[in-house]
Amino acid sequence: MTTPTPALACTGLTKRYGALVANDAVDFELLPGEIHVLLGENGAGKSTLMNMLYGMSAPDAGEIRREGWTVTLGTPTDAIALGIGMVHQHFMLVPVFTVTENVMLGAEVTRAGGVLERRKVADELRALSARYGLEIDPDARVDTLSVGQQQRVEIVKALYRKARVLILDEPTAVLTPQEADALFGVMRDLRAEGVSIVFITHKLREVLAVADRITVMRGGRIVGATTPSETDEAGLATLMVGRDVSLRVEKRVAAPGPDVLVLENVCVEDHRGIEVVQDLSLRVRAGEILGIAGVQGNGQTELVEVVTGLRRAARGRLTLLGDDVTRATPGHLLDAGVAHVPEDRHRHALIMGWSIADNLVLGRHDRPPFARFGLRRFAAVAENARRLFAAFDIRGSGPEATCQSLSGGNQQKVVLARALSGTVRLLVANQPTRGVDVGAIEQLHREIVAARDAGAAVLLVSAELDEILGLADRIVVMYRGRVVSEVDAGAATRPALGLAMAGGVGAQGV
Amino acid sequence: MTALLRPLLVPVLAVFTALVVGAGVIAAAGASPWDAYTGLFQGAFGSARALSETAVWATPYIFAGLAVSLAFHAGLFNIGAEGQIAVGALTAALFGYGLPRWFGSDLPALVHLPMTLLAGVMGGGLWGALPGWLKARTGAHEVINTIMLNYIAINMVSFLLNGALKDPEPGNVIARTPLIAASAELPTLLERYRVHWGFVLALVLAAGVAFLLRRTTLGFELRAVGSNPDAAAAGGIPVVRTTVIAMALSGGLAGLAGAVEVTALNHRHELGFSAGYGFDAIAVALLGRTHPVGVVLSGLLLGAMRNGATRMQFLTQIPVDVISVIQALILLFVAADVIVRKLYRLRTPGERVALTRGWGA
Repeated sequence: MTTPTPALACTGLTKRYGALVANDAVDFELLPGEIHVLLGENGAGKSTLMNMLYGMSAPDAGEIRREGWTVTLGTPTDAIALGIGMVHQHFMLVPVFTVTENVMLGAEVTRAGGVLERRKVADELRALSARYGLEIDPDARVDTLSVGQQQRVEIVKALYRKARVLILDEPTAVLTPQEADALFGVMRDLRAEGVSIVFITHKLREVLAVADRITVMRGGRIVGATTPSETDEAGLATLMVGRDVSLRVEKRVAAPGPDVLVLENVCVEDHRGIEVVQDLSLRVRAGEILGIAGVQGNGQTELVEVVTGLRRAARGRLTLLGDDVTRATPGHLLDAGVAHVPEDRHRHALIMGWSIADNLVLGRHDRPPFARFGLRRFAAVAENARRLFAAFDIRGSGPEATCQSLSGGNQQKVVLARALSGTVRLLVANQPTRGVDVGAIEQLHREIVAARDAGAAVLLVSAELDEILGLADRIVVMYRGRVVSEVDAGAATRPALGLAMAGGVGAQGV
Repeated sequence: MTALLRPLLVPVLAVFTALVVGAGVIAAAGASPWDAYTGLFQGAFGSARALSETAVWATPYIFAGLAVSLAFHAGLFNIGAEGQIAVGALTAALFGYGLPRWFGSDLPALVHLPMTLLAGVMGGGLWGALPGWLKARTGAHEVINTIMLNYIAINMVSFLLNGALKDPEPGNVIARTPLIAASAELPTLLERYRVHWGFVLALVLAAGVAFLLRRTTLGFELRAVGSNPDAAAAGGIPVVRTTVIAMALSGGLAGLAGAVEVTALNHRHELGFSAGYGFDAIAVALLGRTHPVGVVLSGLLLGAMRNGATRMQFLTQIPVDVISVIQALILLFVAADVIVRKLYRLRTPGERVALTRGWGA
C-alpha cells in the first residue's frame, strides 16, 4: 500500500532565535483526513513549528510541502490561499465587530459600490454553524461573547475561508468537557469531509480520545510518534516531559479552619449593566480549597473581580476575616492578604515587555524591602527574583529577561510565585493552569495545595473539571450567575457536575 | 553596534533623511542647499552668541519635550503642552508682577523667584491634571480633551491679557501683562549673553525625570499604568490617581517651560509668545524616543535649527518656514520608522514606543 501524499508536510525545518534553536530539523507529516495531535510542553517548539506552517515566521532551513508541492509561506495570507487555517490560542478577533464582520474581515464580500454583503454572509454562517453544531449568533458583537464562544467564531472563520488544513492551537483550554466533546464531534465531521487537522493540546485524555496519530515534541525536536492504540496517558506524559510525572495531585484531607471569605447575597453587574452574578452566597474557610466549576461566562469572571476589588458588587456583602470588604480597593485587599492569579495572564497579570524581576514585585513594589522612602531598591528586587526563580523552578534566561521571552507555563509560574510570595490569607486562582503544560501544571497544583496546607483559604475557579476534581475540597457549580450545586469533593462525580454545569439539576442543593 | 547607540540609530537617520529631502525642497525653491545648510549651521553654532541663542531656543523645547515624554510613559498622549505652557506662563507672570503688590512690599528674589516658577508649574499642572482626571474617571480620551483645552487656554489667556491682566501703562495697545518685578527674574548665566539658568534647570529636570521613571515607586507605577493598566489595577496600583498624577506632572513641566520664558526672557506674558512650542514638543519627545537624554539632544537639535534659520534666511533668502518643513519631515520619519528602516535596510526593532492607547475595551 502506498502512503497518500501528505496534505501538509515539512522536512528539516529549523528555526533559531539568537542562540536558541526553537525547531531543530523537524520532519512532520499531516495526512489527508486525519486528526494529528501535536503534543509537547510549552517551549517544546510546537507553536514555532505551527507559526512556520502558517506563514507567520520564516524557517531558517528546511522545506514545506502542501499536497506534494514545495511552497513558500511568506505571510498567513499565503497559507490561507493554500487552504491552511489556524485557530490561535489567543484569539485574533476585533472585539467591537460582530461575528459576521469578524469572519468577513480580510475577505469582505461586497455588492456593487463596495457595500458589504452582511446578510448573505450571516446566512452562510448560520448554515455553517448549524451543519457543524457550532452554535453562534452571527449578529452578536464579539466582546459580548464568552471565551468559548469566541473560539467557535475563530473555527467558523477558518471554515468560511475554505480551510482544508486546520491548525488548532490548544483549542480545548477554554472549553467545558461537554463543549470539548462537541468540538471533537466537529473535528470528526470535518475529518469525514476530508479536512486534515493538526490538534495541539496537552490534555492527555483528549489526545487518546480524538487522535488518529500523535507526534510528540520536546526541546525543539520530534521525540516520538505513536497512535492511541499503542500508548496510554502515562506513556504520553513520560514521552512529553522526558521523565515520569505524577498525574494525580497529592494532598492530605483538608483541615478547614474558620471562615476567611464570606459572600452574602452578592449581585454583580457586568459592563452592560446586566446582572451576571445573582444573589450569590458562599464561604471559603482557612485551609480548604473551594472549587468553582462552571462553563465560561456564567459569572465566574465577575465574581473573581468582585472578590479581588476590581469590580464593585451591585448589592450584597463581602467579609474577609470578619471585616467588611464590600467596597475595598484591590490595593487594600492585597494588603489584607488576598493573592490573585488572574484569568488572563497577558492582560491582567503581567507586563509582558518588562523584566521578570519587576513583574515579580508588581503590587509590592512600593513597600519594604522593595522600596524605601518612595525609592526602589533594586538589590532587594533582584534578590526576590533569585529566590522565586529557585523556589518555583522558573525556567528562562534570567530575572532581567522580559516576561515575553518565557513560555506560558513559566509565565504562569511567575504569576503564582508573585501571588504566593507575601502573606496569603486568601488565594483567588482563576484558571491557574490554562494553556500550561503537564510538567508545569503538576508544579502549580502542588504550590496551590501547599498554600492551603499553610492555612490559606483558596478560591479556585476553573473550567476544567479535572482540575476542580483533583484540587478542590468542596465544589460549587455556577450556572447563569447562581450556585446551582454544592458538593463535597469526595461525593462529586464527573457526570453529575457536568450536568449541573449545563444547567441541569445539581447533585444536591439548590 | 553597542546597545547604548542602537536607540540613536533611527532618530539620527531620520534627521539625516529629512535634511536630504529638505535639500530638495530648498533647491526647488531656487536656492543652494549647501549655502542654506552652511548658514543654518553657522547661525546655530558659528559663534559664542549663536551657541547661547541655541541654548535659549532649546530650553522650552526640553521642558515641554520632557512633559510630553513623561505622559507617554504613563500611556498618555499629551497634546495639550501648548495650552499648559500658556497657562503656566500666565500664572507665572501674574505672580511675577502681582506678588509684591499683594504683599505691599518687595520680596527677596530667593522667595519671589521660586514662588513665581512654582506658580507656573501649578498653573500648567492643573491644566494637565484636568484631562488626566477626565480620562481616568470617565474614559474621555486625553488626545481630544487636551486639544480642546488648548483652545480654551489660548482664548482665556487672550481674554485676560486684553482685559483684567493687561498692562495698564498709558499708551499700551499690546495684549501683555505688566513687567514682572526684578526679584522674579531668572538671571542669565553669562554677562552679555542671553543664555540663562532656565537652561541649567532644564538639564537638571531631565535628570530628575529619568530618576523619577527609573528609581522611584511612582515612576514604576506610572510606567505600569502606561504598559498594562489592567495588570497595574490587579496589582493594586490606583490607576485613576496615577493617571491624574502623570498628567499633572506633565502639565507642570510644560507650565514651567512657559514660566521660564516669562521670568528669563520676556519678563512679562505677551500674547502668543509661545505659539507652537507645545506642538514642537511632541516632535522633540518622539525624536528623543521619550527618553530624557534623547529629549535633551533632540531639544538642542530643534533649538539649533530654529536659531540657525534666521541666518539661513539672511544668506539664501529661503524663508525660515523651510525649517518647519524639515522638522515635520523629521517627525514623519521618526513616527513612521518603517520608512527609515526600509530605506537603510535595518532589522526590525525589538521594542516600539506605544504612542497612545485606545478607548479601552
